[in-house]
Amino acid sequence: MAEEGKFKVTIDGIPVEVAPGTTILNAARLIGGDIVPPAMCYYSKLEGSGGKCRTCLVKVSKGSEKDPRPMPKLVASCRTTVMDGMEVSNITSDEVLEARKGVVEMLLINHPLDCPVCDQAGECKLQDLSYEHGTEQTRFAFERRTFERVDIGDKIQLHMNRCILCYRCVYVADQLTTKREHGVLSRGDYSEIATFIEAALDNDFIGNVIDVCPVGALTDKTFRFKNRVWFTKPVDAHRDCPTCSGNVTLWYKGDDVLRVTGRKDEYNEVDEFICNTCRFDTKRTQDWILEAPTKVDNESVITANHYLNFNPPPVIKNSSELQAANEEQLARTERLK
Amino acid sequence: MTRKLLLTHIDVPGIESFDIYRQKGGYRSVEKALKTMSPEDVVEEVKKSGLRGRGGAGFPTGMKWGFLAKPEGVPRYLVCNGDESEPGTFKDRFLMTKIPHALIEGMIVSSYALGAEVSYIYVRGEMMPQIRILEKAIAEAKAAGFLGKNILNSGYDLEIYIQPGGGAYICGEETALLESLEGKRGNPRIKPPFPAVSGLYGCPTVVNNVESIAATVPIINDGGEEYAKIGIDRSTGTKLISASGNINRPGVYEIELGVSVEEFIYSEEYCGGIAGGKRLKALVAGGSSVPVLPANLALKTAKGELRLMTYESLADGGFVTGSSMGSGGFIVYDEDQCIVRNTLNFTRFYHHESCGQCSPCREGTGWMEKLLQRIEYGGANMADINLLWDIQKNIDGNTICPLGDASAWPVASAIRHFRDEFEWHILNPEESQNRNFGLAHYADPLVPVS
Amino acid sequence: MLSVQENMIVEFSAEMFDQFAEIKTRYPEGKHKSALLPILHLVQAEYGWLSADAMAKVAEFLAIQPIEVFEVATFYTMFFLQPKGKYVLEVCRTGPCCLVGAEEIMAHIEMRLGVKEGEVTPDGMFSWRGVECIAACGFGPVLQIGPKYTFHEGLTKESVDQLIADLKQKAQTN
Repeated sequence: MAEEGKFKVTIDGIPVEVAPGTTILNAARLIGGDIVPPAMCYYSKLEGSGGKCRTCLVKVSKGSEKDPRPMPKLVASCRTTVMDGMEVSNITSDEVLEARKGVVEMLLINHPLDCPVCDQAGECKLQDLSYEHGTEQTRFAFERRTFERVDIGDKIQLHMNRCILCYRCVYVADQLTTKREHGVLSRGDYSEIATFIEAALDNDFIGNVIDVCPVGALTDKTFRFKNRVWFTKPVDAHRDCPTCSGNVTLWYKGDDVLRVTGRKDEYNEVDEFICNTCRFDTKRTQDWILEAPTKVDNESVITANHYLNFNPPPVIKNSSELQAANEEQLARTERLK
Repeated sequence: MTRKLLLTHIDVPGIESFDIYRQKGGYRSVEKALKTMSPEDVVEEVKKSGLRGRGGAGFPTGMKWGFLAKPEGVPRYLVCNGDESEPGTFKDRFLMTKIPHALIEGMIVSSYALGAEVSYIYVRGEMMPQIRILEKAIAEAKAAGFLGKNILNSGYDLEIYIQPGGGAYICGEETALLESLEGKRGNPRIKPPFPAVSGLYGCPTVVNNVESIAATVPIINDGGEEYAKIGIDRSTGTKLISASGNINRPGVYEIELGVSVEEFIYSEEYCGGIAGGKRLKALVAGGSSVPVLPANLALKTAKGELRLMTYESLADGGFVTGSSMGSGGFIVYDEDQCIVRNTLNFTRFYHHESCGQCSPCREGTGWMEKLLQRIEYGGANMADINLLWDIQKNIDGNTICPLGDASAWPVASAIRHFRDEFEWHILNPEESQNRNFGLAHYADPLVPVS
Repeated sequence: MLSVQENMIVEFSAEMFDQFAEIKTRYPEGKHKSALLPILHLVQAEYGWLSADAMAKVAEFLAIQPIEVFEVATFYTMFFLQPKGKYVLEVCRTGPCCLVGAEEIMAHIEMRLGVKEGEVTPDGMFSWRGVECIAACGFGPVLQIGPKYTFHEGLTKESVDQLIADLKQKAQTN
């Protein structure tokens, strides 16, 4: 029996007690580690998010103490609440891993796989997911779906080709701003994120769409091609901001702040949403009170910014902008030759 | 002759008008329910009738009604699903056109049972003529005192409104329908919560198919037990079957559940046999979403029993050798039809109609269509069949709503039962442009596909 | 991004506003966004298509954001975001209709009108397109013509020719 008022749920054999109303995913996050299902669309700070990407599917092998029947289908752990006595399998279920592999394949068939030129590379959840659950080769032998790249506002760029339609950015606009100017148009695999005709996103908090985007679909134009994230050093800092909390992460290269983002937790969610002024227009060290280097997961490429050999893909060779961004690495490779 | 409950007076001239409908005994069920029965009594009769949802899922209607939450001070809604768009299904359009008051009468009785004071009939937008017909029927019923305030002095108030869709198959899924009714994109909601708890505008809601609602009229008139005497086992009452394809007499038929598939196809009372004296090749018994069956399994189950038009018999053998009643969209294929082409057509349909919200359906339906294009028009290789199988498997069961499953099942069943036809297409890309494969040398249906 | 090449400035008449207002009464207080689809149908019936300006004005009437209208208008296939012919012939192209010759009917219409699917004839009279199942499988091949969605069943090449001739004549007499 669980503690009074709590539900006991077992995930991959590990028990945890949680408050009623907790989702399976959040119960798993309380346990932590490998048994936490991946989540590409769910974002705990955005109401209504989740359920769409299907990467967090798990198997409920026992519904509850009262009704022990298993659930007939895999369920989205981010939107399914626990029952007392529920038993869930995630990484211990072949069925789940098989389904997840299938979902990852679906997410990738129309993805451009342009990681070498994508600013999100290194902190991209789709990249992580593909490493963990993807296959080495694609079975998709058709032309990929493409869209034009568009600037939505002067600070944000939309690469619709990379989008996985998680809807997080739509929820940001709905929940953090007073006037939503972008949304999902069309339907099916023609769906796209876009504005009403050619409106620009313009709102104090709209920059947060960049932080919530799990892939490189919405990127910070002020950081575009400036550097690879794994060559930059994250430092937590704050300032007295009249609009937001002012608690941010500064991404340094040498003495320069190349980028400002919200502070993200281990699930890539920001602690607090920050305003556009902090994000885009406050990039001098003297504007900030530095706290400490941001804690970075040991497995993240951000801790591993010292490749011995750097073989630039052709796309870098052909672009002076990209060459400049990778200058240091190219020089190092030359030296080591 | 079959007993008819819904289409009894279908041939009476002027039956679409209130006066003639009333002369033929229309609106008796409203009088009976509002004057002599409590809402709970009405629910009880529907439970006793064994009526199962006629939209496709076959869930017992009375049970669905029983789940409706009834919190104090919160309105409850009845929403009629008239978004008929499942390929092969055209019974609801037929009913709404020919005998609209049957639906309005059922709406009043059902709304009363559920305690709804405002109800909506969501009709697909393309059915503008039917929308006009229903609006006229509502106005007539209102003028006669069967709608509005204090209906028949019972103290019960009800307004019914028609809501047009905008062209989206997905809005036939009940939560997508509710989103659409709220003026949004028809993206299905993630369940739970179910509409019975949180539906239209966050209030408890029941969504029922047109035919299910119309069926409550005879149930209340004659009693649930009387209704349950028709049919076999848990398949009670009569069902509208939309018959199309290569048959002599396509159309909408009301059958007593339990007629055999063979009788339905070949008897003069129903389809009148295969057109042009050709042979039966395949059958889709319940709308494009259900598994297609080859002739041998359409007429008899794998156990060799006669296949009957009941929920149980059509599903006998599961998805390996059986199919499903679905919405009653009965599509008959003769020996000249191409299963690959038909599967491509249906898959294109699901690709076109996917809302795009969840990844397996959004991406998978398009991928399947591309592969089937290649199999149909040349350029495919044998491995494509297994790939197609894998894709449908990765969609099936892993999506937010049943559209994903519905896109997977026709593909799975076509490969399962007509694999040799797919192989022939791939091996003979040129010949297959000019002639069809013909009747299948059916692969043993019990051998699983690798 | 979805491109909207043309815009058309519209001004809804007092009668249209009255209709909009009536539609709004069908829904509970505060739930007037429900009126969006019926209103878009009325606007399209009036102007033949939904221009950006028309959508923005509907948004204004319902006190919602223009993007909310745009999202909906692009989701549902009945709404045209570009001008179409006066008569849009919509032929069912789904399975059961194809069993009884829908593909031949579409090819015939294309030949007869001389324009490809989705295009407009030079005189602005006709467009045609294949649409998914319109729930008349037993009476196929079938087509429908907006904005009233009149319905034509059991099509043959001859009946299609007659229909097109009738529509041309109707347009002349009007």
